[in-house]
Amino acid sequence: MAAEQAKVDPMYQFTIQALGGSDNWELAGYNIAFTNSAMWMLITTVVLFLFVLGGMKRELVPGRWQMMVETFTGFIDNMLEANIGKAGRKYVPYVFSLFMFILFANLLGLLPLGIAGIHPFTFTSHFTVTGVLAIISFSIVLIVGFWRHGLHFFSLFVPHGTPLPMVPVIAPIEFISFMVRPFSLGLRLFVAMMAGHVLLEVLSSFVIDGTNAGAGFGLLVGLPSFILMIGICALELLVAGIQAYVFALLTSLYINDAENLH
Amino acid sequence: MEMEAAKLIGAGLAAIGAGMAAIGVGNVFGSFLESALRNPGAADGQQGRLFIGFAAAELLGLLAFVVAMILIFVA
Repeated sequence: MAAEQAKVDPMYQFTIQALGGSDNWELAGYNIAFTNSAMWMLITTVVLFLFVLGGMKRELVPGRWQMMVETFTGFIDNMLEANIGKAGRKYVPYVFSLFMFILFANLLGLLPLGIAGIHPFTFTSHFTVTGVLAIISFSIVLIVGFWRHGLHFFSLFVPHGTPLPMVPVIAPIEFISFMVRPFSLGLRLFVAMMAGHVLLEVLSSFVIDGTNAGAGFGLLVGLPSFILMIGICALELLVAGIQAYVFALLTSLYINDAENLH
Repeated sequence: MEMEAAKLIGAGLAAIGAGMAAIGVGNVFGSFLESALRNPGAADGQQGRLFIGFAAAELLGLLAFVVAMILIFVA
């Protein structure tokens, strides 16, 4: 394949490796090796736990750390209140965990720890991970929808004021757009993260190959690529935040459909 | 044409989709800014809708990337 001829393989960073000789761990015939993906999920969870724990002192006058945590909880609280209404308060724990987990995963995956020999693994760049997160959100929508409205939940597929002759046309379209939601939700996050990391890797291969080809090429190709890389890194930080926000926002919108129909 | 060459050309053509999505995303933020500057008071309340529009426009561009990746690595 053409992609394997490049000196710097941009897809290598996404390979899943078993850590510490756990290749052959099995449970009921399935391999349950402790991979770098699982490792970074664990790191993300621990960092997130410590971050929130630091803001749990419940002082009357919040310190800096507590302020930071409360800004995030307040942000999610406002988002749910604005999109779902009063009933949205009870989803704050779920959406907050989801948002912070994705945000921390994206940001930790961008850390330049490769210099120290530790290679961060962005597990949100795998569809298995984002897909499961999307399926959790989607099941909450289904469970809440059927719990609150019973079979009346199917009226979601026929928007208010649809003329009767249009129903056979509108309903399938609405149904498809409803069923596509978990895919688009998971796909968006996974592709956005993956595309950004591939882009960084491709630019770094320009820097490395350009500089190896001689000082002239290094100045002509390597230096501009390196400057561009710094800019793209800043953009990636923005994308990491936006994608986490979009995931949480769309989850809250879908939950709104289940809570209030439309 | 060779199969490999056709795949790479297809992957390159998929990049057009990324450019189209760039127009779409630019349109979303451009229109938002245009109207936000006319009525700054109402701008903050529409931020959620801004990002929904952004997400929808971006997803279709990302699908072009998926097509390119499938052509290069899977097909």
